[in-house]
Amino acid sequence: MQFISLTLKRVGFGVVLLLIVLILNFFLMHLAPGDIADTIAIDAGGADEEMMDAIRKDYGLDLPIWEQLLKYLAKVAVLDLGYSFYYNISVTDLILERLPATLLLVISAQLLAITVGVVLGVIAARNPQGITSHFVTVLALVGYSAPVFWTGIMLIILFSSILPIFPIGGLMDVSIEREGFAKMLDILHHLVLPSITLASIFVALYSRLARASMLDVLGSDYVRTAKAKGLSEFLVVYKHALRNALLPVVTMAGMVFSGVISGAVLVETVFSWPGLGTLAVQAILARDTPTILGILFFSSFVVVVANLLTDMLYRIIDPRIRTSND
Amino acid sequence: MARQAIIYIIQTRGVSMIKIIFKFISLTSISIFTASIIVAETPKHGGTLVWSIGTTPRHLNPAVQSGIATGEPGAQLFATPLRFDENWNPQPYLAKSWEISVDGLTVTLNLEEDATFHDGEPITSKDVKFSINTIKANHPFKTMFTAVKKIETPDKHTAVIKLSKPHPALLLALSSQLGAIIPEHIYGDGQDAKKHPRNSDKVVGSGPFKLVEFVRDQHIILERYDGYFIKERPYVDKIVIRIIKDPAARALGRKNGEILLSTFESTPQDINHSKQISYLTASDKGYAAIGPITWLAFNTKSKPTSDKRVRQAIAYAVDRDFLVNAVMMGTSLPAYTGFHPGSVFHDPNVERYDLDLDKANTILDEAGYARASDGTRFKLNIDFGWPAARSMAEYIKPQLKKIGIDVTVRQSPDFPSWAKRISTWEFDMTVDVVFNWGDPVIGVHRTYLCNNVKKGVIWSNTQQYCNPEVDAILEKAGMENNQQKRVSLYSQAQKIISQDLPIYFTHTVPYHTIYNHTKLGNPPSTIWGTSSPLDEIYLK
Repeated sequence: MQFISLTLKRVGFGVVLLLIVLILNFFLMHLAPGDIADTIAIDAGGADEEMMDAIRKDYGLDLPIWEQLLKYLAKVAVLDLGYSFYYNISVTDLILERLPATLLLVISAQLLAITVGVVLGVIAARNPQGITSHFVTVLALVGYSAPVFWTGIMLIILFSSILPIFPIGGLMDVSIEREGFAKMLDILHHLVLPSITLASIFVALYSRLARASMLDVLGSDYVRTAKAKGLSEFLVVYKHALRNALLPVVTMAGMVFSGVISGAVLVETVFSWPGLGTLAVQAILARDTPTILGILFFSSFVVVVANLLTDMLYRIIDPRIRTSND
Repeated sequence: MARQAIIYIIQTRGVSMIKIIFKFISLTSISIFTASIIVAETPKHGGTLVWSIGTTPRHLNPAVQSGIATGEPGAQLFATPLRFDENWNPQPYLAKSWEISVDGLTVTLNLEEDATFHDGEPITSKDVKFSINTIKANHPFKTMFTAVKKIETPDKHTAVIKLSKPHPALLLALSSQLGAIIPEHIYGDGQDAKKHPRNSDKVVGSGPFKLVEFVRDQHIILERYDGYFIKERPYVDKIVIRIIKDPAARALGRKNGEILLSTFESTPQDINHSKQISYLTASDKGYAAIGPITWLAFNTKSKPTSDKRVRQAIAYAVDRDFLVNAVMMGTSLPAYTGFHPGSVFHDPNVERYDLDLDKANTILDEAGYARASDGTRFKLNIDFGWPAARSMAEYIKPQLKKIGIDVTVRQSPDFPSWAKRISTWEFDMTVDVVFNWGDPVIGVHRTYLCNNVKKGVIWSNTQQYCNPEVDAILEKAGMENNQQKRVSLYSQAQKIISQDLPIYFTHTVPYHTIYNHTKLGNPPSTIWGTSSPLDEIYLK
């Protein structure tokens, strides 16, 4: 019962959050100098007054700002995100067109970062003062502190130019037509560098987290008991300790996942990856209010859902939460 | 060849015979070498051209959208009545011939008879009429067709354009990315042409290539249109236009052979780097019609830049040669006027304000702008709106310090913010880039005409400059069908403008086409470059 009411509460908060995000960003977009008529004129290399007025009228920008906001919210209430000023297609279509690329990049980068991070963290935790541990720390910090666009460019120079194994960017090679498995392989081939680049920041996060919580857990009573039972080192570390040590990692993954759309922007730009990040940047630069609000609406939605899912995942990993709350 | 050699021998009388024979041999071998290149350059059919561009188009219909992003793919998809060669001469395209009446008020286009749209429908004079009317009503460049009164279509292949005044700009407006012929049976369905769904999806064009797929921010795939009215062309089977925003990624793609052609490259470092790679050629040919010029614009209505002497002093203090050779690393050409150096109307014999700090100081002293105790006469802002303009703004600041002007460099967070600031006249000086867009009537007049001082409109007369004499000359030149007379009128206007100095012209935008010359033949060299049909380009 408590679980259901908690969930409902969360959903309620989520709706309020979405509303605040929309209203705040609506005004923020209006504060930015210039509007869609200006950006269309810029793109066109010039325009005249009547045309710009016509554009403003066409997109309802001549109405008082409150009226514009209310009209927009009324549409969002029935899940209509409106039309993109810039591209003249429905914002929902635009987001759905870009979503798969971003999800592919973000999920593969996260999986890579979690796997590598946890493994490194555990290795480091088993001998916290050893050379391996220090090496892991340094490696993680370098990955974390290097600007992601720099890492990306360096990887491109190394693996697309000096050793031309991977393509410089894009989602797939469109100069040759491929179907089915060959197409999948081609996309994976294009995915390698961007996902390594994006993962490089998170490896540090996960490895430090896994190391710390692993050290914590390894010192606890039940681990000592497990060791005393005569269980093998491997079993103790990977079955008993790791499972508990993973909790903070999962929390972090949930939090990080919700922020990924913003994190992927630079990687998407460097690798010409056609995801939501590049769309968001383009939309801001073009003052394409419906598109930017649509993306923000969507990503706040992801935050709310990701938080709910993290909660649930917690309950699966940690039986204590399951019994205490239900 | 032989005659050349004889002349050569005659001219070099007195030089030892061995030397002459040696020269003769080397001359012969050079000519054989050239001949073999010519033989090798017979265009071949087939292949896929991978071409990179840096911006994503809003849509692909150039009849209702100007700008280079739509213009490049647009010129492949849509044919135009005319095209231009590399010397500004109009050439037949969809119109196999054309006549201009003596009074300049009637222009008759005789269309190709077997030209078809990509869906197989014939291209008729009705489509020409529909297209021009659509462009007139929707295209941002109103000056292209405002003079068009009506269009008559006496038969399927003749379009007669009736003008309210002589309008020499019409020919350029009927070419390249400006005068796209679009099918009436698709776009004439009553929907708003600017928002027509077929502008980016299932496009039915009239040009050498048809659309396969357009994915925003990713790629545009074009395929050879087999029914193209120019026989045997285009040579390339497929064009893949990759949209890659990061210049470094494009540079690496050219280097590793993924990209064969890049256009509108403007980073001096990338251009010079490409020149060092044996298989790449970087050429600034093909941008004369677009005519991009960087300049320092003054607000002629706010103090102290409203004072002509202040503007002159600033111009004398800014070294154009330094901008061209150091800041742009030699990739730009100097610009002395608002006409691109590649334009037939460009007149370099104007007041140039070559660097002269003493003169600049004297002008300001005489004008009464005395230096304060710290050496400063007055303060000014300089604006810029995009990262590439930073170096110019940062150079001008210390340079003007030398003549006692304390300059603050103001960077706008992004392009629209800058555009708003400049178009609402909230500036003293700004780095600006303006394109000529083919004919001066389209892209040059707008910067100077008194009646184009329009608040809120970027690339109108944002300097708020007004000289009725210049207005009168420009108006006359805009209606002058005699090319020589037109040249001399524009020359007059350029001289007056350089005296009045609402703008200090500095250099061209270093747009370059970078291509892999081992794989690509017939790179575009006409005035419109890759903004015109690539039906002659081929893969080696």
